[in-house]
Amino acid sequence: MKNEEIVEKEKTPFREFWESFRANRLALVGLGIVFFFIVIAIFAPLLTSYAPDSQNLADRLLPPSASHYFGTDDFGRDLFTRVVYGARLSLWVGFLSVLGSALIGTFLGIVAGYYGKWLDTIISRFFDILLAFPSILLAIAIVAILGPSLQNALIAIAIVNVPTFGRLVRSKVLSVKQEEYILAARAIGMGDTRILTHHILPNSIAPVIVQGTLAIATAIIEAAALGFLGMGAQAPMPEWGKMLADSRQYLTDAPGTLFFPGFAIMFTVLGFNLIGDGLRDALDPKMK
Amino acid sequence: MTNKNLLQISNLSKSFESSKGFFRKVKNEVKAVDGVSFEVKQGETLGIVGESGCGKSTTGRLIMRLIEGGKGKINFEGQDVQSLSTKDLRKLRRDIQMIFQDPYASLNPRHTVEKIIEEPLIVHKIGTKEERRKRVAEVMDVVGLSPYHLKRYPHQFSGGQRQRIGIARALVTNPKLIIADEPVSALDVSIQAQVLNLLKDIQVEFGLTYLFIAHDLGVVRHISDRVAVMYLGRIVEIAEVEELFENPKHPYTKALLSSVPVPDPTFEKQEIVLTGEIPSPSNPPSGCTFHTRCNSCMDICKAEKPVLQQIQSGHQVACHLF
Ligand SMILES: Nc1ncnc2c1ncn2[C@@H]1O[C@H](COP(=O)(O)OP(=O)(O)OP(=O)(O)O)[C@@H](O)[C@H]1O
Ligand SMILES: [Mg+2]
Repeated sequence: MKNEEIVEKEKTPFREFWESFRANRLALVGLGIVFFFIVIAIFAPLLTSYAPDSQNLADRLLPPSASHYFGTDDFGRDLFTRVVYGARLSLWVGFLSVLGSALIGTFLGIVAGYYGKWLDTIISRFFDILLAFPSILLAIAIVAILGPSLQNALIAIAIVNVPTFGRLVRSKVLSVKQEEYILAARAIGMGDTRILTHHILPNSIAPVIVQGTLAIATAIIEAAALGFLGMGAQAPMPEWGKMLADSRQYLTDAPGTLFFPGFAIMFTVLGFNLIGDGLRDALDPKMK
Repeated sequence: MTNKNLLQISNLSKSFESSKGFFRKVKNEVKAVDGVSFEVKQGETLGIVGESGCGKSTTGRLIMRLIEGGKGKINFEGQDVQSLSTKDLRKLRRDIQMIFQDPYASLNPRHTVEKIIEEPLIVHKIGTKEERRKRVAEVMDVVGLSPYHLKRYPHQFSGGQRQRIGIARALVTNPKLIIADEPVSALDVSIQAQVLNLLKDIQVEFGLTYLFIAHDLGVVRHISDRVAVMYLGRIVEIAEVEELFENPKHPYTKALLSSVPVPDPTFEKQEIVLTGEIPSPSNPPSGCTFHTRCNSCMDICKAEKPVLQQIQSGHQVACHLF
C-alpha cells in the first residue's frame, strides 16, 4: 500500500462542523443572545419579585427606576417582569411551531421526493396553494377559523411554515436519491424504509436545521404580529407583540412600554438569524 | 473453473424513454441495451468492454434489477431473476454484489467504515452483533484495511483505500457473483494495479465469479478469462482473453485494440483508426450499427443486423464478414 497516502485524521463530521461554526464570530454572538433569552425565560421567577399580571393602579406608567427597572405599564404592572416572562411565550411559540412545521414538512417532503409520481403531484400542489397566500394573511385566516388565542396562533404559524420545509426537503431528497450510495444501498438488498431512515434522511437534514433556526425568528415575529393584531395572545398574557399593541396609547407618557418589548423581539430574532446564517455557512460546503 | 453457468442472460434489452418539449411532446427512445446474450461460468471473470455510453453499466444494473423494465431472460443459478418477488430479489442481492466506479460517490459520507461494511449483514439479518463485528474485521483484513480505520469516515481516505472499503462491503455477505462496474477507472494508474491484484487474490481465495466492466483494454486483459466487446448496446464479439487480443475478428475490436499501445514487439500493429463520432443511441444506424465507422463496410451491413455466431470454439462474432 505504499502508494496510498494515509490520511491521519480523527475527526467526526460533527467536530468539523463545530470547528467551522466556532470560527464564525457573529454566529457565536447569536448563540450568546439566544442562550441569554433562554436563561431569562427559564429563571424568570428568580429574576423578579413581581408577578407578570399583578396590577397596581397607583403605580401606572412609571419611568424606569430601581424598583421597576423598565418602569410600569398603564395597569401599573412591572414592565421588566412582563418582558422577562414574555421571553417564555415567544420562545415557546417559536420552538414549538417550528418543530411542528419542520416535522410535518420533512415528512411530506420525503414522501413527495422519494416516492414521486402522483403523491409528489398532490403534495407539491398543496404546498403551492399554501404558498400562494402571503403568510401573515394565511395565519390570520386560520386563527379566524380557530379563534384568537396564543395556542391557535402557534398552530397557524406552524401550518403556514409547512411548505417552506416541505419544498426544501423535497428538493434535497430528489438530489440525494440520485447519489450512487443510494444505488449501492439498493444493491446490497436494502429496503425502502432503511434507505429512507439511514441514508436519505441523515443526508437531507442539514438544510432543515438551518431553515429551522431562521424560521424560529420568523415565527416569533409572526406570533408578535398576531398578538399585535389581537389575533394571538390575549390579555393579560405578557406577550411581546400584544404589549406593543397596548403601548400605542401611552407612547408619549411611557415610551418604555414600546421600546423594551420591541428590543426584546428584535434581539431574539437577530440572535436566531445570526445562528441560522452561521449554521448555513458551517454546514453548506459539506452539504454541497 | 468449472463449466457450470452461474449467470446466463439472453436477449436482454432496455430502452430509456425521454420526452422533450413542453407543448408538443417528442418521444425519444434510447436503446441502451439491445438484445445482449452471454453466460458467466462459475469461477471465471467475464470482462465487458466498450466505449462510454455503450450500455455496460445498464447491463450490470439490469442483471441485479437495479433498473427495472428490462426485457429478456436473466438466469442466476437456475432462478429466473426477472420473475422474482421484491422479497426474493432482496435475497438475491446477497449472492450478487456490486462494486462501483466512483469510490467517492458510492460510500455514504455520514457513515463510518464500520457501518458501511456491516450494513449488508444487518440488512440480511446475518449473525449476532458480535459475529458481525468479527466478520467486518475479517474482510477489512482481507482488503488491507487496518482495524483502526473502523471509526473513520470515507472522506478521510484516499481513492484507493475507499475502493477497498467498497470491495469489503461487496465481500462481506460472501456473494457468489460480483459485478464490478469500472472499479479502477477512477483511480490513479499506480493504484489501479494494486486494486486489480486484490480483486484477483480474493477471487481465488473465495471462489468468486466476476462480471468485470471496463473501458480500458489493458485492465480487462489483466483480469479477464473471457471478454465481451460491446458497441451501442449490442455485443459484437466474445472470446477467451488471449484469443480476442491475438486474433480479433470484428473490425470494431481490431480498431479498439490498435488504439492501445502494445508492449509486445512481435505484435504486428494494424493501424485501424476509428473515424467519426459514436452514433447517438437514440438514433442508431440501420443494419449493423457499426457500419458508419467500419472500413470494411459492405452493402449488406447497411441493411441487415448481423447476429452473433460462433466462428471457432468459444469465439463468437456479430459481423457480416464471417
Ligand atoms: N436512467 C437513464 N435514462 C435515460 N437514459 C439513460 C439512463 N441510463 C443510461 N442511459 C443511456 O443509456 C446509454 C447507456 O448508458 P450506460 O450508462 O449503460 O453506458 P456505459 O457503457 O456504462 O457508459 P460509461 O462508460 O460512460 O459508464 C447511454 O446512452 C445513456 O445516455
Ligand atoms: Mg458506466
